[in-house]
Amino acid sequence: MTLELKNVSKRVGADMHIHDTSLVFDDNSFNILLGATRAGKTTLMQLMAGIQKPTAGAIWHRGKDVTHVPVQRRNVSMVYQQFINYPMLSVFENIASPLRVTGMAESEVKSRVGKAAEILRLTPMLGRKPAELSGGQQQRTAIARAIVKDSDLIFLDEPLANLDYKLREELRDELPKLFSGRNAIVFYATTEPHEALLFGNQTLTMHEGRITQFGPTAEIYRKPNSLVSARVFSDPPINITRVTKKGKKLQLSQGGVSWPVAAGAEKLPDGDYSIGLQPHYVLPQKSSETSGALSGRVLVTEISGSESVVHIDVGGQTWVSQSHGVHPHQVGETATFHADVSRALFFDAAGKLVS
Amino acid sequence: MNKTFNNKAWWMVLPVFLVVAFNALVPLMTVVNYSVQETFGNNEFFWSGTIWFKQLLENDQIRDSLGRQIIFTAVALLIQVPLGLTIALCMPRKGPWVSVCLVLMALPLLVPWNVVGSMWNIMALPDIGLLGRGINALGIPYNYTRDPAAAWFTVVLMDVWHWTSLVVLLCYAGLVSIPDAYYQAAKIDGARPWAVFRYIQLPKLKHVLTIAILLRFMDSFMIYTEVIVLTGGGPGSATKFLSIDLVQKALGGFDLGPAAAFSIVYFLIILLASWLFYTLMMRNEAN
Repeated sequence: MTLELKNVSKRVGADMHIHDTSLVFDDNSFNILLGATRAGKTTLMQLMAGIQKPTAGAIWHRGKDVTHVPVQRRNVSMVYQQFINYPMLSVFENIASPLRVTGMAESEVKSRVGKAAEILRLTPMLGRKPAELSGGQQQRTAIARAIVKDSDLIFLDEPLANLDYKLREELRDELPKLFSGRNAIVFYATTEPHEALLFGNQTLTMHEGRITQFGPTAEIYRKPNSLVSARVFSDPPINITRVTKKGKKLQLSQGGVSWPVAAGAEKLPDGDYSIGLQPHYVLPQKSSETSGALSGRVLVTEISGSESVVHIDVGGQTWVSQSHGVHPHQVGETATFHADVSRALFFDAAGKLVS
Repeated sequence: MNKTFNNKAWWMVLPVFLVVAFNALVPLMTVVNYSVQETFGNNEFFWSGTIWFKQLLENDQIRDSLGRQIIFTAVALLIQVPLGLTIALCMPRKGPWVSVCLVLMALPLLVPWNVVGSMWNIMALPDIGLLGRGINALGIPYNYTRDPAAAWFTVVLMDVWHWTSLVVLLCYAGLVSIPDAYYQAAKIDGARPWAVFRYIQLPKLKHVLTIAILLRFMDSFMIYTEVIVLTGGGPGSATKFLSIDLVQKALGGFDLGPAAAFSIVYFLIILLASWLFYTLMMRNEAN
């Protein structure tokens, strides 16, 4: 237990930016903050870093209350979505800047900057100015600055969002390696669910200033604790529909469709539920014993190299299917898909997961 | 493939040609025309070659005006740019005071130029003006209508009052456009305010400052209205700047030829200096 938020909240004027939050992060962990824009990811990071002060609550780090310790005395580093470097300084001086203020000996600075530059493949660029670098190199410089000092907390605020696809993939592979074994707590904010899945580790889903769930990434993806978490952590968006369970039958609210109840949900009392079904469990062919048919008009088809995403309209409700391979459908035609009912997540009226 | 020729597009450009011709080319060429001829009225003109230009370069009076003009512009720039930058740095970035400050800053720019001159003329009067009486009350003899030093002081003060706001507004716009993340990054590094200014704000303001200096250079080099209303170029010719000299020649003396030659040289000086400024300040960019 090393970084602890105790009932922390942040209010600006009449707006609650962060609602009452209590969390514990372990040393040497990689934590992903997942949520839409304005969900509060940046604010939460700034609270933990000490750039903003919480309105209420306390933040403890390694057994000490650091709530009122200013950021420059907290040993943190931060990387932003924009490439933030000192425009007049060379790459070397940029990377060295956090060390300069500590008054470190020149030889030590040189060796540290050299090491950081080597890890981030910036050695040939050390003499250049940031403006003479590509976007990817500029962001590498900013990342090098974050790792050059042994920070206790490292915050990465959507660091790859402004990079093009190829560079993003490249840096995404490198990032976890860079930060592992540094005995730091790393936070990585992103709006993209698949990015969270690629990193694995722990994920914290956020929605409108609230932490909706925190735990191992794969677990949250498979079993979101609420409708909100499920929506935050799905791309394409999870299919959600209202159903009425009666004995061994599920009556869908739209389209007059009725499905069998899968083994896991049999014990639930009869009544109204919302069910969530990830798009990759809605397929063009039957995939399990308990499958439910969905027939409707094709609204949208998107085919990327390896998978097809099809939106169909079933009695006024849009369903999304995501399947491997290329399955051409004409917009406007009627198609039948099969939902794997055994994978359905059941949520009660309050939106909490029940099965 | 056959290319179709359609010259109708020229008609689209014609209005621009006409506007540019009538507001720039024709007047300029008229001036060029006057500068090489002599006239005695009655619409009679005689070719005079480069006589006016030669006279101009040998004229001590004009050389003095040019000297005064250069000193005035230098002083104005040296005060207004650092002062404007400092005020912009001190202005709030957020909150209700932003609009108050902006309106206060914009006010001097909205006052008509001759009104600026009259305001300062009255305010600096040694017997009834607030400023004039105030200074005299402090025991410092001050009379801008008699003492050249006092006249210079008043003219410079008036120009600072009138135009520093422009530098402030430009710099403020530049400062506001720096993303917060830069300041945060500096804060995390533990950078001091001076380092933030030196390594973040100043480099980010480079282009804005270039524009501010250029605008202030050109405007102060062409200053006319405010000074003519305030001091009329006096006492003697202590505050007689280039434009005042020019107008006195052209209108007062009705020496169209010499005045035209003067205008052209004046124009070329401003053009050359602006170009020099710009190239020098942008040179680092290319490297």
